[in-house]
Amino acid sequence: MSFLDYVFSATFFQSAGITLALTVVSMVLGIVGGLLLGLVKTSSVAPARWLANGYIWLFRGTPVLLQLIFVFNVLPGWGLRFSPFTCAVIALSMNEAAYMAEIIRAGLLSVDRGQRTAAHMLGLSERQILRWVVLPQAARVILPPTGNQFIGMLKTSALASVVAVQDLLLSAQRIAAANFDYVNTLVAAAIHYLVLTTLFTLAVNAVERRLDVTRRASARRKGPLTPPVMPATTGGN
Amino acid sequence: MTMTTSPTLLRADGITRSYHGAAVVKDVTLGIREGESVVILGPSGAGKSTMLRCLAGLEPVQTGEISFRGTRFAAAGEQPKPLRGEIGMVFQQFNLFPHMTALENVTLAPRRVRGIPAAQAEAEARDLLVKVGLAEKVDHYPFELSGGQQQRVAIARALAMRPAVMLFDEPTSALDPEFTREVLEVMRALAAEGMTIVVVTHEMGFARRSADRVVFMDAGQIIEEGPTEETFDRPRHARTQHFLAQILAH
Ligand SMILES: Nc1ncnc2c1ncn2[C@@H]1O[C@H](COP(=O)(O)OP(=O)(O)OP(=O)(O)O)[C@@H](O)[C@H]1O
Ligand SMILES: [Mg+2]
Repeated sequence: MSFLDYVFSATFFQSAGITLALTVVSMVLGIVGGLLLGLVKTSSVAPARWLANGYIWLFRGTPVLLQLIFVFNVLPGWGLRFSPFTCAVIALSMNEAAYMAEIIRAGLLSVDRGQRTAAHMLGLSERQILRWVVLPQAARVILPPTGNQFIGMLKTSALASVVAVQDLLLSAQRIAAANFDYVNTLVAAAIHYLVLTTLFTLAVNAVERRLDVTRRASARRKGPLTPPVMPATTGGN
Repeated sequence: MTMTTSPTLLRADGITRSYHGAAVVKDVTLGIREGESVVILGPSGAGKSTMLRCLAGLEPVQTGEISFRGTRFAAAGEQPKPLRGEIGMVFQQFNLFPHMTALENVTLAPRRVRGIPAAQAEAEARDLLVKVGLAEKVDHYPFELSGGQQQRVAIARALAMRPAVMLFDEPTSALDPEFTREVLEVMRALAAEGMTIVVVTHEMGFARRSADRVVFMDAGQIIEEGPTEETFDRPRHARTQHFLAQILAH
């Protein structure tokens, strides 16, 4: 069999789907956790800040593989039984949250204080200020490193193979062991990873372009490209 | 249009604002009457911005209290209660939301805070942008506008909440001189139609023409206040005389 037979095999597609699901779910939860931690880190409540910092210290200071094996082996002893996939999601997203917290905090701090003041004077609540004023601006700072984290997660998710999640790497290893064909199976897995990372990179670039006001402005000038967030009116000149 | 009989809209009573124990505003009492236009003058570091921020409910005070239409919203030892756009504020640095068009900047608060339907908010925003001379710029982003145009959008944005009083902190200080006039013109029109305005500025021409009353601050205190002409022409306090002589010499 050539590596192309493996690339297009149902097993590889299925396990690529698992890798993708593991990555996306862990990243989404990691971003939500990172947002909460990032907000706490920029809050004025000192004990809350210490807790967030302690969390980040713990999860960034220990190997994610250790965290994964801990979740898989120790939680059942505490009566918390999860599937391997769920264990991997728990470990990867908790780890990711620690990294995203720093990224999101930097993004929040990049927004000028005057923006909050102006919004506050207009009567917006703290939550509305975050939603309509701060986050859309912080997003431009947060997005590029988050794209990197996404691609990192796609690769880190391969660690889940050690707790028997049927991801790309584990499938490749199993087939390799059965067929004594490491070269073709690993090359096939590598191709799947490369396709996924490439697609992610393109998606991140597309979102970055959408957030760029200078492009939005020139799109408006041309007319048909007017993004849906803008009223369908024609501007000056 | 001095309106000495109209009711007091905004009132600070013996307020002190300190940073790290140093009082920047010291025991200041100031009442702003409905329809009045008040200009606050004084040297750099006098505490003008800090006092304006206190009036806006942006700073906690260490002594005294501040009330709006007779209702106290800030008092010593508590965080000021958030208002809902009743007090509008315009900043030296404009602080427009850079990710929104002029129209979106103006409609954001009416829609989100007041729950006004999008179409109605937009119609009102357009009227306001026309009023400040920016009919052509509704769909422009702040980075596409001059400083003077941005400041006029900021004024329209504050007006969209139909505030009872507008506070301006050096609204033209960040502008190139050629754009100063258009902003002062909008402010003058506002004052002329009876809007209550409180303006910190170094624009003496504006103060003379548009202010009913001037307040002179130095070292955190109100040194002197009175009707515009009288205070400009016959300042009683030596520090006011010195300040006016210096600034008018320029
Ligand atoms: N957040 C702050 N922390 C510490 N000190 C402050 C703070 N804000 C203002 N001050 C100090 O308070 C004093 C008064 O400042 P303020 O900005 O109110 O003066 P101002 O009259 O508006 O001056 P300017 O004409 O230069 O704008 C200054 O000495 C300033 O250094
Ligand atoms: Mg100032």
